[in-house]
Amino acid sequence: MKRQMTGAKMIVQALIDQGVDTVFGYPGGAVLPIYDEVFQQNSIKHVLVRHEQGAVHAAEGYARSTGKPGVVLVTSGPGATNAVTGLTDALLDSIPLVVLTGQVPTFMIGSDAFQEADTVGITRPCTKHNWLVKETDTLGATLHEAFHVATHGRPGPVLIDIPKDVQFATGHYESPKPSTSRYQPQVKGDMAEITELVAAMETAKRPIFYTGGGVINSGPAASQLLRELVDATGFPITSTLMGLGAYPASGDKWLGMLGMHGLYEANMAMHDCDLMINIGARFDDRITGVIDSFSPKSTKAHIDIDPSSINKVIRIDIPIVGDVAHVLEDLLKVWKSRGRKTNSEAVAKWWQQIEEWRSIDCLKFNQSGKVIKPQHALARLEALTKDHDRYITTEVGQHQMWAAQYLGFEEPNRWMTSGGLGTMGYGFPASIGVQMAHPEALVINVAGEASWLMNMQEMGTAMQFGLPVKQFILNNERLGMVRQWQELLHGERYSQSWSEALPDFVKLAEAFGAKGIICSDPDDLDDAIMEMINHDGPVIFDCLVEKHENCFPMIPSGKAHNEMLLPGDHETQGVIDAKGSVLV
Amino acid sequence: MAALKIKKGATSHSAYNLRPNFSDVVEKHTLAVLVENEPGALARVIGLFSGRGYNIDSLTVAEVDHTGHLSRITIVTSGTPQVIEQIKAQVGRIVPVHEVHDLTVEGPSVERELAIFKVVGKGEQRVEALRLADIFRANVVDSTLESFVFEITGAPDKIDAFAELMRPLGLADVARTGVAALARGV
Repeated sequence: MKRQMTGAKMIVQALIDQGVDTVFGYPGGAVLPIYDEVFQQNSIKHVLVRHEQGAVHAAEGYARSTGKPGVVLVTSGPGATNAVTGLTDALLDSIPLVVLTGQVPTFMIGSDAFQEADTVGITRPCTKHNWLVKETDTLGATLHEAFHVATHGRPGPVLIDIPKDVQFATGHYESPKPSTSRYQPQVKGDMAEITELVAAMETAKRPIFYTGGGVINSGPAASQLLRELVDATGFPITSTLMGLGAYPASGDKWLGMLGMHGLYEANMAMHDCDLMINIGARFDDRITGVIDSFSPKSTKAHIDIDPSSINKVIRIDIPIVGDVAHVLEDLLKVWKSRGRKTNSEAVAKWWQQIEEWRSIDCLKFNQSGKVIKPQHALARLEALTKDHDRYITTEVGQHQMWAAQYLGFEEPNRWMTSGGLGTMGYGFPASIGVQMAHPEALVINVAGEASWLMNMQEMGTAMQFGLPVKQFILNNERLGMVRQWQELLHGERYSQSWSEALPDFVKLAEAFGAKGIICSDPDDLDDAIMEMINHDGPVIFDCLVEKHENCFPMIPSGKAHNEMLLPGDHETQGVIDAKGSVLV
Repeated sequence: MAALKIKKGATSHSAYNLRPNFSDVVEKHTLAVLVENEPGALARVIGLFSGRGYNIDSLTVAEVDHTGHLSRITIVTSGTPQVIEQIKAQVGRIVPVHEVHDLTVEGPSVERELAIFKVVGKGEQRVEALRLADIFRANVVDSTLESFVFEITGAPDKIDAFAELMRPLGLADVARTGVAALARGV
């Protein structure tokens, strides 16, 4: 059905028709007509952030915790450029976002008008796709196409730049129709390749599943099928940072996270396996370590919806292009129809080897004395919150890795962290987006004090919308991960890596009208955490922790999976050679 | 996404030729990319090459299907087989890209380039330039008493050869279009 309406009205109508219930945004001159329409409706909640970067990260938190696309509305010029970090973050972590930016009127484009920026030019490399809409008649179709592109194939952020005159003008609007888009990425895997993978699984002696964020992006069915596959075959499973929760942390086939700060048993198993089954991960450099000695003895299968991920960094023997859920469904079907075979004798031996590695207990730490170890803080947070309806976001750095190591995730979409881009300042606004989507849940942002300060203005948002997000700050008064690398790599010259002139976080919380808690004594920790959980409102928890703790285990840059540093490896000087030191 | 109509190799069971040989030899490939003729489409392709550090030896673009709103971008690029496969996959996932053809592996193809040369000289040099132009089937499209402008079409190496010959004869300026290419046969 075609209807006449203004561009601004069309935008709100299209959002409603696409099932959007929440928009994160910030008004400005070039989006005033849209905000006028937002004012005159009640279907969509608008969350007013305090900075456009916060809007995009909040939308990411919303998207990651719901599986639905996050929606952002910001103005032209600085509104759009402030969104760029969030767009890049979402692109690297494959998070579906639809970002609407205002633009100066079409007749002023190119004149260096007030608050004009070449938004589509600036955001071209940090979006999956973007559009500048110059006619109101094409606006509706473009909006629908934007949602389609953001959520199909490998998800990602898209942006629509809408000049102000296009918002004022009247045009035709049509409701979304079942996909008429030309953009239809392949979701079914090739059966011959799938059968070849099944054959490899039947004879593998040392198999491992290596899973990533693609499982979570594929939807709940993918996680369900993954669990069935792992439990039926009995193969061990590890996951990237992005994939935590797809397989439950309490599952007995679970090896823990792999990678630079992954678990010893997971990395050793990756190194020594004879069949690696990559499901929706992308061989990031945090995972592989040095490429030349990455899992040298294995046959490698890779399931990915994006053909460009396959053979990008690691040579693949069995490539399968498709959506994880579709491929796993077919994989299970074929494996069952061929008699559910595995080389169970060899796999049992493999598990013996893994148990040996596991017995090293690479995450052990010793909480003694009157200073809280960050690991202890997270172990207690885990113990006291794991039975809650809990969502975790993080900032970026040591605390992020410790959170991944010491918190257990039983379900997908419960863990929101900036993996690919490593954006400090991500976690707080993301927690706001998660809480908007799950008002009754316990939403905790595990933070470092330096990261948290990067987007602390969003306290205003949390207060305004009554979002009881818990900011659990592991405060070591350091940029801990930078400090750690300076210790390992730069002769302990701690250049600019301490946090001086920190605020009093309790007073800061109170200044916003929130609750502040400070804790420095391990004996008070449990009570303080309980106080945080039980407070009905936003909390800033200032947890003063050991200042010089290093994050282990660690694969030093330029090294292989079987050359990990473990806690207690005190001889860390010189572990990274000249070649490794150029790596990030 | 656009179908990657890449010729299936002996080892490929899938729609994508994802099992290339991984030699370290740098090869030159000619890619034909059919892309929706919309603003920014060329910038997307070029930005991909610069952003990911791929080489562009030559690039031409023009609308080839007015009603279908399609442009054809012909890119000559070089890289190891793994890099070439990456380039094709990366270009293929750009949303407005319809098709990516690797003309170098898909079978025989014709490649043509047009170039315009200005040659300045007098006397015997001038006569020699004209004689060579005749051999290369270059046309004279402008002439003064002291200069010729030649127009020549051919494969890039033919144009390179002509340029080499003109250099000592007073070559003053060159304009080249870059390669346009099509697969031979039906």
